[in-house]
Amino acid sequence: MTLDDILASLFPKGHEIRNDKGVLLGSATLRRGDKMLVLGVADRTALGVDEAIRLSGHVLASIGRDSGPILVLVDSDSQRMSKRDELLGLNEFLAHLAKVLIHADMNGRPTIGLLYGHSAAGALLATGLATRVLIGLPGAHPAVMDLPSTAKVTKLSMEALEEKAKSTPVFAPGLSNLVQMGAVHMTWSNDASLADQLEALLADMPAARDQRDALGKARGGRLKAADIAERVRDLALQAR
Amino acid sequence: MTTPLEDVTPAERARSTSFYEASARTRLELLLDAGSFAEFIGPEQREVSPHLKIFDLPEQFDDGIVVGHGRLDDSPVFVAAQEGRFMGGAFGEVHGAKLIGLLRAASQIASMPVLILFDTGGVRLQEANAGELAIAEIMRAVMEARSAGVKVVGLIGGRSGCYGGGGLIAGCCSALAVSEPGRIAVSGPEVIETNRGVEEFDSRDRALVWRTMGGKHRRLLGAADVFADDNVQDFREAALELLGLIGPFGLDRLKAEQERLADRLSRYGACLDAVDIWAAQGIAHAETVPQLPADQFITLADRIGRTSRDAR
Repeated sequence: MTLDDILASLFPKGHEIRNDKGVLLGSATLRRGDKMLVLGVADRTALGVDEAIRLSGHVLASIGRDSGPILVLVDSDSQRMSKRDELLGLNEFLAHLAKVLIHADMNGRPTIGLLYGHSAAGALLATGLATRVLIGLPGAHPAVMDLPSTAKVTKLSMEALEEKAKSTPVFAPGLSNLVQMGAVHMTWSNDASLADQLEALLADMPAARDQRDALGKARGGRLKAADIAERVRDLALQAR
Repeated sequence: MTTPLEDVTPAERARSTSFYEASARTRLELLLDAGSFAEFIGPEQREVSPHLKIFDLPEQFDDGIVVGHGRLDDSPVFVAAQEGRFMGGAFGEVHGAKLIGLLRAASQIASMPVLILFDTGGVRLQEANAGELAIAEIMRAVMEARSAGVKVVGLIGGRSGCYGGGGLIAGCCSALAVSEPGRIAVSGPEVIETNRGVEEFDSRDRALVWRTMGGKHRRLLGAADVFADDNVQDFREAALELLGLIGPFGLDRLKAEQERLADRLSRYGACLDAVDIWAAQGIAHAETVPQLPADQFITLADRIGRTSRDAR
């Protein structure tokens, strides 16, 4: 589905979302009439300092002015890999965007990420992975790290990596692997109205507490994370 | 060393120990009050990564991170220290989960600070999905802890720097201290060069790496509020100083950060090199900044450098 198709199916009552060089900013009207703030990265655009500051500014301007949930659309490249972005402190800009989204979510503006294309590394951390619920659309193809880079670092052939990827979701690219890890909460269908699926989600939003490690355990993708975190938490609570 | 070991005070030992060269365990031992450190899920429990054997790689019994509690000037603190010498300090499933558990406990207690001694190249490629997700969970847990009133301080001065998702977690902390060799960035020099070419970034040009990503530049930009000399005692004093400065977190901090970062873009967005930024900040002979000894640099940074205090 193209971005236009997705927006039309999500918001049959209309939207005001502008795509300015891959940065999506705007809002849309939900079926029941209230507004939803929308932001995102489109056209596989790299997320650099210039893009991130506009996205965080859009959310901050809405806090206190509007109410309702926030949608983050994601079809990005990785973070922008450049001397200029690092010189200016890209880590702070990406962290700031994630912090603003997390803060909004914790304070009455539930956040939903919609991964409909590509994303990777720092760009995914600052957008989709900073939302409460991350949805995948069929055809989305995230890659935390791409296999050629992994092959280079691990000194394994692409064939050997692809063979290993069959037995574990832990390193290989792809939406289904992120679902199994608990990073992506659910995959929507392209055959049903996205507005219906969005409405169903909004009517039944999970609590703000981060449950991704429990999801990953239940789905068999991350068998140790939830237990280790829980054990450390218990020990730390006893130690005070 | 001619002085017998028992005559050396812990502070003297910490002062003479390079943070950069020390192991994660030595850093913690010397950073905290003597003998006060206790670990959660120590190496004797052998909670190793379940994924490295897929790649026939050696495991480490602590998975490259030490978490626990101790005392700093008699006050209780939670601590986490990454071991940059194991898998580049990279985040994997177990490694990340230990820090998540610590932060969740801190949120519940809502008063004990957390010190994170970063030393990481970012996501561990062999378990990339689990590592990336652990970083996302840590970022969320840091923000929940800060919202509950916890001070989360990052100390950056290790061999592996603070790269990738580590840089994003650092950006979520209440405050940072950094030493000259402590680099903070998202994409590492080799990653930029591999993806964009040597004309964009020559990863073998070490001077370029230090002045673009190193501690002096990060201090002058205001990304880190305190510059530490490369010894554990200096980091201990920096942590104490920062814990005394950090105020409560709230929306006003994020609004101030938005302004701070937008202001940085408008002032320095056209600069091509760190030296141009330092010159634009009003530093005379900006090209000599990398050669300045720590004490002279701190004097300069306190006079000219920006700060992220109350704006992060």
